[in-house]
Amino acid sequence: MSRPVDGVALAVVVAFFLLVTVLGFLAARWRRAEDLGSLDEWGLGGRGFGPVVTWFLLGGDLYTAYTFVAVPALMFTAGAAGFFAVPYTVIMYPLVFTFLPRLWSVSHRHGYVTPADFVRGRYGSRGLALAVALTGLLATMPYIALQLVGIQAVLEVMGVGGGDNAFLADLPLLVAFAALAAYTYSSGLRAPALIAFVKDTLIYVVVLVAVLYIPATLGGWGSIFNEADKALQAKGTGSLVPTAAGAWPYATLALGSAMALFLYPHSITAVLSTRGRDVVRRNAAVLPAYSFLLGLLALLGLVALAAGTKPVGLDGKPNPQLAVPQLFHDVFPSWFAGVAFAAIAIGALVPAAIMSIAAANLFTRNVWREFVRPDCSPAEQAKVAKLASLAVKVGALVFVLTLDKTLAINFQLLGGIWILQTFPAVVVGLFTRWFHRWALLAGWAVSMVYGTIKAYDVVNPATGKHFGGSAADIPFLGGRTGYIALTAFVLNLVVTVGLTVLLRALRVPDGPDETAAGDYLAEADDPRVAPLDALTGPDPLASGGPSRA
Amino acid sequence: MTEPSGTRPSRGALVTAGVLLALPFVALLWVSSYARYEPRLWGFPFFYWYQFLWVLITSAATYAAYRLVRRR
Repeated sequence: MSRPVDGVALAVVVAFFLLVTVLGFLAARWRRAEDLGSLDEWGLGGRGFGPVVTWFLLGGDLYTAYTFVAVPALMFTAGAAGFFAVPYTVIMYPLVFTFLPRLWSVSHRHGYVTPADFVRGRYGSRGLALAVALTGLLATMPYIALQLVGIQAVLEVMGVGGGDNAFLADLPLLVAFAALAAYTYSSGLRAPALIAFVKDTLIYVVVLVAVLYIPATLGGWGSIFNEADKALQAKGTGSLVPTAAGAWPYATLALGSAMALFLYPHSITAVLSTRGRDVVRRNAAVLPAYSFLLGLLALLGLVALAAGTKPVGLDGKPNPQLAVPQLFHDVFPSWFAGVAFAAIAIGALVPAAIMSIAAANLFTRNVWREFVRPDCSPAEQAKVAKLASLAVKVGALVFVLTLDKTLAINFQLLGGIWILQTFPAVVVGLFTRWFHRWALLAGWAVSMVYGTIKAYDVVNPATGKHFGGSAADIPFLGGRTGYIALTAFVLNLVVTVGLTVLLRALRVPDGPDETAAGDYLAEADDPRVAPLDALTGPDPLASGGPSRA
Repeated sequence: MTEPSGTRPSRGALVTAGVLLALPFVALLWVSSYARYEPRLWGFPFFYWYQFLWVLITSAATYAAYRLVRRR
């Protein structure tokens, strides 16, 4: 099936895209960066971001094509099951509040940039640090892949791409990606932080218009919920309110996703680039504004159901990822549909940039410098990181082109299965060093294999492809279904605890711990935080004390 | 502008903050307690508006916890 290209919408999207690209290049000069040739400057923006920038950066980081495309697509298909994203992003904040200030303090005390840096210092184990670093790299790729699917959805609804020629079909995707890669390469973390302002402004405008205007045209929310209820019953693939069997997947997906999110390298990058642990905590209290937004966007999946939206791709097959873009296309005038599409596309590009930068930091410090060239210069590190950020994006493309795309949210959930297995080493490690380093490594290995096999075994009945879902039977719970990440995590804990007891009984020695109890509570004005200033160089922004309310 | 690090929060403050931070877990992970249509609010089934309500409650609880544990 071919559809006419929507010229007006396309022109608006291209205009916004050019704007953010220019901003991206200008960002290199923002906030007086003296030298982008160091990893701290390129990868952490000089570590001087205050609460407002951090709020935008974290928001730009956490609310992505996942929010705009993947979650509504799941609600469009399965109803209430997709709404787990709301409890997920809500219970995340108490977790952030509890764990991340400790990570901020110990990282600033010892100059850690990545979770693997911390694990290496805490457990004195290069092997365990490598495991954490590689998991971060692997898990980031499908998350970036999800962003690509989001951009693709917008382009498809505008009539761009698709068709029989495999190269032409993916050309718009490649062009968008090349621009992203180029300005990320030149400006580092400053680019997405600046663009995040544009992105969030666009998103707020679009969301407010969408949740006020569209329901009014459909007879209000009451009627939307009733119509969506009927449509779901007719489809037979979901329900408006979870059934008894749906409660376990709902709760485990929410909890597993929340525990996984702040283990991603990009979430930790955003936290470490803040000015103080106080900023981290204060933001944990105001970020839920984003969760409200996310909930309203998720409901657009139900709105599309009620409106009878037909999300059909350029290949003529139904594609739930197109539900919200198609809804916008149907109800908005072309120029505003263009604004909405730009919001979705930029909302996918910004996090993709942040994620690839974070993964690149991880690779450079914990793989390249640790195992390949220990004595490489700061300039070489920045160069390797830039190249690694490109490689990670290519990896993401591989995920897009090979895995089942029926429900793009499974990309993010697959990443969650992997990244959650670093929780015992990273998060538990922030509080206690009781776990033995080898037990942690064994627990990680067993749960990674288990989680991957379980996910592989989920076959999508419609397409026959593996990795078709992220929930499976929980062993020993009598037929209850749950998020594989959490099942694997429990297995991870059991192995880690069991082996720790054994290794302690055998008196196998621990590695050296370079951190001290007080490091986990250090404030930005603490004199012991000073060593980091020597690392970052004379950046006037890095020396400001914590701002207090 | 450097302030001296003040006293650590009291044990009571820490416990209260812990309870405030634990509440959303109980409320939101006990799915069967809110997987219902009724009562509706502005056309929203209970399942949906209850969770939106917890966005606000969690924000308030987290802010309260922040005030409690902040060093003065």
